[in-house]
Amino acid sequence: MKYIDEYRDERIVRSLAARIARLATRSWNLMEICGGQTHTIMRYGLHELLPPAINLVHGPGCPVCVTPLEVVDKAIEIASRSDVTFMSYGDMLRVPGSSRDLFRVKAAGGDVRIVYSPMEAVKLARAMPQRQVVFFSIGFETTAPPNAMAVWEARRTGLDNFSMLVSHVLVPPALRLLLTSPGNQVQGLIAPGHVCSVMGYWEYEEICREFHIPIVVGGFEPADLMEAVSMLVAKLESGRAEVENQYVRSVCREGNLPAQRLMREVFRVCGRKWRGIGLIPESGLCLRDEFAAYDAEKIFEVSGVTADEPSECISALVLQGRKRPTDCPAFGVRCRPETPMGAPMVSAEGACAAYYRYRRGRAPEATA
Amino acid sequence: MCLAVPGKILEAEERDGNRVAKVQFGGITRQAFLTFVPEAEVGDYVLVHVGFAISRIDAEEARRTFEMLESMGAIAEELGADA
Repeated sequence: MKYIDEYRDERIVRSLAARIARLATRSWNLMEICGGQTHTIMRYGLHELLPPAINLVHGPGCPVCVTPLEVVDKAIEIASRSDVTFMSYGDMLRVPGSSRDLFRVKAAGGDVRIVYSPMEAVKLARAMPQRQVVFFSIGFETTAPPNAMAVWEARRTGLDNFSMLVSHVLVPPALRLLLTSPGNQVQGLIAPGHVCSVMGYWEYEEICREFHIPIVVGGFEPADLMEAVSMLVAKLESGRAEVENQYVRSVCREGNLPAQRLMREVFRVCGRKWRGIGLIPESGLCLRDEFAAYDAEKIFEVSGVTADEPSECISALVLQGRKRPTDCPAFGVRCRPETPMGAPMVSAEGACAAYYRYRRGRAPEATA
Repeated sequence: MCLAVPGKILEAEERDGNRVAKVQFGGITRQAFLTFVPEAEVGDYVLVHVGFAISRIDAEEARRTFEMLESMGAIAEELGADA
């Protein structure tokens, strides 16, 4: 496929690895923020092609993974109602809640359905006016505009049986938290190319200045990531804390303005709890008051639901790049994709799932 | 979740007040909303995420990056770089 296959060319990937080996005179800890990038790294064994001096640390960019337990519990409570058709991106169904997951709700007769696009939920609400259709609106900045469009369309077309359980998160506040934490050893960042396709990268220029850390906006194919690493190492070796865009074919500095506009009209910034990390101020999005009629938390009165995270799961440390999945005693034993203890073992973007699926050869060192 | 796949716009039309395209990904085609890429036209490649095109792929930039990467691969091979 065009714009995919050419970036998987092994010759190019290997020559980038050779370039990185020539550039690196000491060890560097680099974090790829997005879980999609983590999967590419594990799938193609990029960490094994890199010189040992380059340590890749996996970031928190997995929206399913950071969705807190209590939101999963809220979803389960709403989805269990007989008058509700609950629609979600597939990954969320196997994420364990306090006592069960959405698949169990479905198995017990609940009307839980997987959607590819939020617009399918709007379409279904229109087709089934007698049902309450609830869409589980999660994701980072990449997914927020499409989800915003679903509510926008519901209002525009006068739907009164559509609502959303919203748990959106934003990348920059989580990065600031990671970079200010006392144990932080991350020295360079690969910014998430698809989040930046929507948001641009001016926000990352602010983070670069604040923390004096080089940042490269990276794509998702092996050659993209190796080039991003090469750019970061070049900056680190010459002491240049600056932002560079590797993913130029899709990202420009100001991002996608129509998408940002719609996102702002539907959502406002609010504090969000992140799984295992806790409340991060101004780190998420919730519906604006004008869209309160579409807020499933209010309609189904689940705002009060709270839950404690399971103690054995170390996903909080994994999500902050402080522990490797393989550092967890439950990894591959009590915690496997079929019986996950935490979301990073469930999601297609979770670091634990990536390690489990592509496990081979040497595992990179943890930084903390 | 932030997975987005590049595909080629085969057709585009107005439907219920929205601009919707038929987009080809390798052997399959899917529908995608063009709400966020009003400038995209038939023949353009767009990056599609959850049924929405989130950016139009800049063919010129893509060509430049790729040629740079490819020439680097070729040079490394000529130099017999250890990889």
